[in-house]
Amino acid sequence: MSRLGKIARRTFLVGSAAVAGGVAFGYVMYRRDPGNPIAEGLGATEAAITPYVLVTGGGVTLITPRADKGQGAISVQAALLAEELDVELDRIATDFGPPSAAYYNTALAEEAVPFRATNHGAMAETLRDVMDVPMKLLGMQITGGSTTVPDAFDKLRRAGAVARETLKAAAARETGVAADRLGTEAGAVLLPDGRQIPYTDLAATAAQVEPVTDVALRPPDNWRYIGKPMQRVDIVAKSTGRQDYGIDHAADGMLHAAVRTNPRRGGAMIGYDASAAEAMRGVKQVVPVSGGVAVVADNTWRAFKAVEAIEVDWGPAPYPPEMEGHWQALADSFTGDRVDSRFRDTGDVAAAQQGAEVIAAEFRAPYLAHAPLEPVNATVRVAEGRVDVWTGTQIPRFVQANVAGIAGVDRAQVHVHVAMIGGSFGHRLEDMVVRQATEIAVQMPGTPVKLTLSREEDTAQDFPRQIAMARGRGTVKDGHVASLDLGIAMPSVMASQMGRQDQPVPGPDLQIIAGAWDQPFAIPDYRVTGYRAPELAPISSWRSVGASSNGFFHDAFLDELIHAAGADPLEERLRLCDHAPSRGVLEAVGEMSGWGSPPGPGQGRGVAFVLSFGVPCAEVVEVTDTGGGIRLDRVWVAADVGRIVDPVNFEAQMTGGAIFGLGHAINCEITYSGGQAEQRNFDSYPGGLRLYQVPRVEVRGLETAAKIRGIGEPPVPPAAPALANAIFAATGQRLREMPFNRHVTFI
Amino acid sequence: MKLTVNSETHDLDVEEDMPLLWVLRDELGHTGVKYGCGIAQCGACTVHIDGQAVRSCQVRAADVWGGVTTIEGLGTPEAPHPVQAAWIEHQVAQCGYCQSGQIMQAAALLAQVADPSDGDIDDALSGNLCRCGTYTRIRAAVKTAAARMQEG
Repeated sequence: MSRLGKIARRTFLVGSAAVAGGVAFGYVMYRRDPGNPIAEGLGATEAAITPYVLVTGGGVTLITPRADKGQGAISVQAALLAEELDVELDRIATDFGPPSAAYYNTALAEEAVPFRATNHGAMAETLRDVMDVPMKLLGMQITGGSTTVPDAFDKLRRAGAVARETLKAAAARETGVAADRLGTEAGAVLLPDGRQIPYTDLAATAAQVEPVTDVALRPPDNWRYIGKPMQRVDIVAKSTGRQDYGIDHAADGMLHAAVRTNPRRGGAMIGYDASAAEAMRGVKQVVPVSGGVAVVADNTWRAFKAVEAIEVDWGPAPYPPEMEGHWQALADSFTGDRVDSRFRDTGDVAAAQQGAEVIAAEFRAPYLAHAPLEPVNATVRVAEGRVDVWTGTQIPRFVQANVAGIAGVDRAQVHVHVAMIGGSFGHRLEDMVVRQATEIAVQMPGTPVKLTLSREEDTAQDFPRQIAMARGRGTVKDGHVASLDLGIAMPSVMASQMGRQDQPVPGPDLQIIAGAWDQPFAIPDYRVTGYRAPELAPISSWRSVGASSNGFFHDAFLDELIHAAGADPLEERLRLCDHAPSRGVLEAVGEMSGWGSPPGPGQGRGVAFVLSFGVPCAEVVEVTDTGGGIRLDRVWVAADVGRIVDPVNFEAQMTGGAIFGLGHAINCEITYSGGQAEQRNFDSYPGGLRLYQVPRVEVRGLETAAKIRGIGEPPVPPAAPALANAIFAATGQRLREMPFNRHVTFI
Repeated sequence: MKLTVNSETHDLDVEEDMPLLWVLRDELGHTGVKYGCGIAQCGACTVHIDGQAVRSCQVRAADVWGGVTTIEGLGTPEAPHPVQAAWIEHQVAQCGYCQSGQIMQAAALLAQVADPSDGDIDDALSGNLCRCGTYTRIRAAVKTAAARMQEG
């Protein structure tokens, strides 16, 4: 076997997607077209030219297979299609599309290979391309990992171009004018004599012609949408109360359900007494579900009240009941037998630190709830061997398979109607609410049942962000950082999350070290070790995943070393940085913030840098110690995503991401006592900043990086360390544990 | 009991203690009003009663003391209220789920204070949680709406 072959085999084992069949089998499957899921059942005047474009007599519908949970995914997907198709963004309809292998996510492969995102060497690129094979094989129709734009950028423009050229071919057939003499504009084919044929009039003919697939993409100079400010396609509906989310779904004869499961996650339900609940107004039925019990009523509030009236006897949690046990498990995991990975091991850390004065620090990051403002929900109807599901989900294919298993039907009989999502932050990468709604609906055949989790139940049932601990040891020499050795211990997020989908996750979990091992710094002796802690409370992906904790650990510890060396925090990061786009974002926030100018009384500035999801992102935070608490004054954020599709949405994601990161760093944690989360609602889990706490935020986008990237997650990880570093600058106090309001008071 | 919502009067048979939120959403189909917490911590359910912004999750059906206006009654896609127009212009919404409540809160503020200071805006809207972090655009949109409304 060639060297590349050997490494490829090993890397498949390392990757987070299971590739049971091996490369050869995978490649055969790869070449098999997964088919066009929207082509079935169309009328004679309707054409599904690609899996992404549906043209009927009524209009043009763009299928946007990535879920929209607020990040603007439908708008950006629609714009990429419209760029080549020549339709006006405000004149087209969008639909999330059905679960289909045709909508597999190529860009997820980027996160599944153990190469730093800054490594564009031949080996790294080859393996990323090869990972595309298992993604297609598995039909991973997943929204996540800030991959929507990188996945869609070529794919959807190409789909738009294929549709345009096919419509021109249809017009050529109808008019006898050669296709190369036809143009397109605003949803119509233009004839040489100036006449226009609307696409909608060409649907019937287009359905008969072979799609024209040999198309070239337009050069950037010809772009009408990409790079220019756009209006989100959902902005009017969302500003006038007309946007329907999953929780708003209505159907004839629909009933409303509420559920309770063991708040000691994974613990058993020993028994229950529902006699009081059954007698309450509006209650139709009390039904058991896996690990819990549900009430079906004629109104959501009546269902909530009745399910609370059930006396339930819950079993114990399968993990330590108190936080001390969780932290102890992490503290005990920094051992040789728990080493999960050591992909960063430059120079000789042990030798460098031998006999030197070592700076040591320990860091902690808590469990965090996802807590999107729309509580999770699903409407399910089971009737005569067919199941319909209305829900907001980032994993429609897994939902389809799981529902089919519960209902005992073929997965082709499960119709998943994907709804707009009122925030996710990773919450909708899980599907327990859909499984529970299906279990209920199976017991009430013919009746659509909408299951809505109360805020308290949503938080209790959440699979939170991982708890994590890090230990840093470093040395300085001649005014510079000389060595940095960081160990990070956490349970495997991927094993916990994918375990609930029965997907094995062989090899190291890159999320244990993400945001730390892959940073573009040339520290002479530099090591990052991931330690896999035992499974504790079940956990799941939370906006920026491993980097949400590790970015804080790595950058805050680097800041401590820089201060110990007596160097300037920005200058030393720049000196150590060996990646041009990363240097660019550091220089940008330095310039934007006037770094080096004297701060005001009580004021301090902190800089932080984290590269995550391939995106270098730097932030400067400026705070004032008012004497009555820390006040956030200003924040500057710069990131390089290679190319910005919509500057308006880019600014929204950058600003929102920084505010999200700051808010959770300040005031959010989930703690377990008696095996249960102690926080259930926004009184005890504040959910981040409120308007009066929000600083001024300035954003800059750079476009020098080699590849186009997504921006949903990268602004989150640098926020916490930038804030901690600013508070140190203002007060001299080092913060090594989130949330920071455990240690300092904020205004 | 009788309830007037967006100038339309309904005769309802519901429990006296059913929160107005659930009367609006499940009994009358005004789903623009959102459920987020049920304990007045997020503001997503904000509606007006006689022009005053209230958390509909905290008002019992029997206690509604005047005409109710929901986001659907404030303006329409074709004829948005100036606050809604400003929200569209600034593209405030990300997930959008909290924005009905934010807009109703802002509209009530501007009906009482034509030219609010930064402090007035902070005081009025700090009970409305936005998990996506759209706050900087909320501030800008309130100011734009105030300016437009003063121009008449």
